[in-house]
Amino acid sequence: MIAQPPPPPRVVVYEGSGPVLPDAADRGRLYAALLDRGYAVTRSGGGAAAALDGDTLLVIGSFAGSPPDVADPTGRVSVIVRDVGGLSVAEVLAVVEAARGERRMNRPHDPATAAAGPAANTADTWKPWFPVIDLARCTNCMQCLSFCLFDVYGVGADSTLRVENPANCKVNCPACSRVCPEVAIMFPKYHAGPIDGSPVADADVHREKMKVDISALLGGDIYAKLRERSADAKTRFSRERSAEQALSERRRCLTKLADAAQIPREVLDALPSPEEILRRTEAAAARAAAAQAAIGAAAGAAGGST
Amino acid sequence: MSDAPIVPAKTVPLKTVPPTTVPPHAADADGPAAVRILYCRCAYAQVVPQEVKEDVLAGLAAAGRGFEMVPDLCEMAARRDPHMAGLARGEGPLRIVACWPRAVRGLFALADAPLPEAGVEILNMRTDPAAAVLAAAVAGPQAGVASPGAAS
Repeated sequence: MIAQPPPPPRVVVYEGSGPVLPDAADRGRLYAALLDRGYAVTRSGGGAAAALDGDTLLVIGSFAGSPPDVADPTGRVSVIVRDVGGLSVAEVLAVVEAARGERRMNRPHDPATAAAGPAANTADTWKPWFPVIDLARCTNCMQCLSFCLFDVYGVGADSTLRVENPANCKVNCPACSRVCPEVAIMFPKYHAGPIDGSPVADADVHREKMKVDISALLGGDIYAKLRERSADAKTRFSRERSAEQALSERRRCLTKLADAAQIPREVLDALPSPEEILRRTEAAAARAAAAQAAIGAAAGAAGGST
Repeated sequence: MSDAPIVPAKTVPLKTVPPTTVPPHAADADGPAAVRILYCRCAYAQVVPQEVKEDVLAGLAAAGRGFEMVPDLCEMAARRDPHMAGLARGEGPLRIVACWPRAVRGLFALADAPLPEAGVEILNMRTDPAAAVLAAAVAGPQAGVASPGAAS
């Protein structure tokens, strides 16, 4: 799991005292450059900037050499003011970066190096890849919770499905969306619909349902297969005698599943041992069953009270 | 849904900044009142056409009105950023310039900040041309893009 850095400081481009850059195209380039570096930006023509306790606002503007003294009266919001009048886009960026100092923040990948993908995914360059639930479609069947090996899913206080640990998700892996019978799981950064969040057609539902039965894809019950693998594990791994052989065996066994569910090879390589997979799937299945029992009990109580 | 408390927003008074000369562009032509605009850059992926993102942002920058920009709504949702609740519960209509409406609503729900059914318009830069998105973003409160990518 990646421990996410704190949110970035927000840059407030204050233009009530004149434009930060005289040319509108340059202002657009400045906004784009700030966003591409991970900053949130507010363009303000005056008035006030909304802020929450703990926020850091970096106010930039053209102040004719006399930046004002702006402060949150309660002291709960940090406000830094910089005069950027007369500077170029690159110079304004440099001022913002200098004002940020050593404060950590998540950074988007440089598009030029984005092809590095998951290998370059670190605490400070985390690609936000995780499932998003379409609550209008989700029936709380908990198949996704049972399927995920990385504790991405959880159960809320109302016993319904919840994406609990987004940062646990394996980047570029959409496998859990394939087990959802209602096409309710989206990955907004996926390249194609309906997983990307585009409207779901009837044909999509039928197509996705054909992929639901992962056990069928494996030629039998997935849990039985895992138990079988677990029972055979000692014999097999003692026979293999090397990590390289073990990795080769793991790849061979999971290739069929990877192709069917579009699981990146990096994810397969990161999977735990068959025994650990079995332990996690059984724990997840127990949580799912408990949640469904709670939902059923609540529905029964509601029905009985009417 | 979580029982997370609503974090009250406060405002930092920027009017304490002494006004100097205010060129015409800088006057907040915020149009038919308090329509809030949120632009998502989708900076962590390349699923929104680059030229659409650039053209829409350039148009908003030239429009001379206040608006909010975020690097990536997905990244904010993963952090359950409390600013999303502020956006969802704030006063006035909200226009979100981002991607598929189903995904955007899901992201706000994930962040414990579900968007209201009314008063929110989601404009889709993944599918719609920049000119149409921009026109809808800065139009009067009742206007919108008539396309499958836009939904309220």
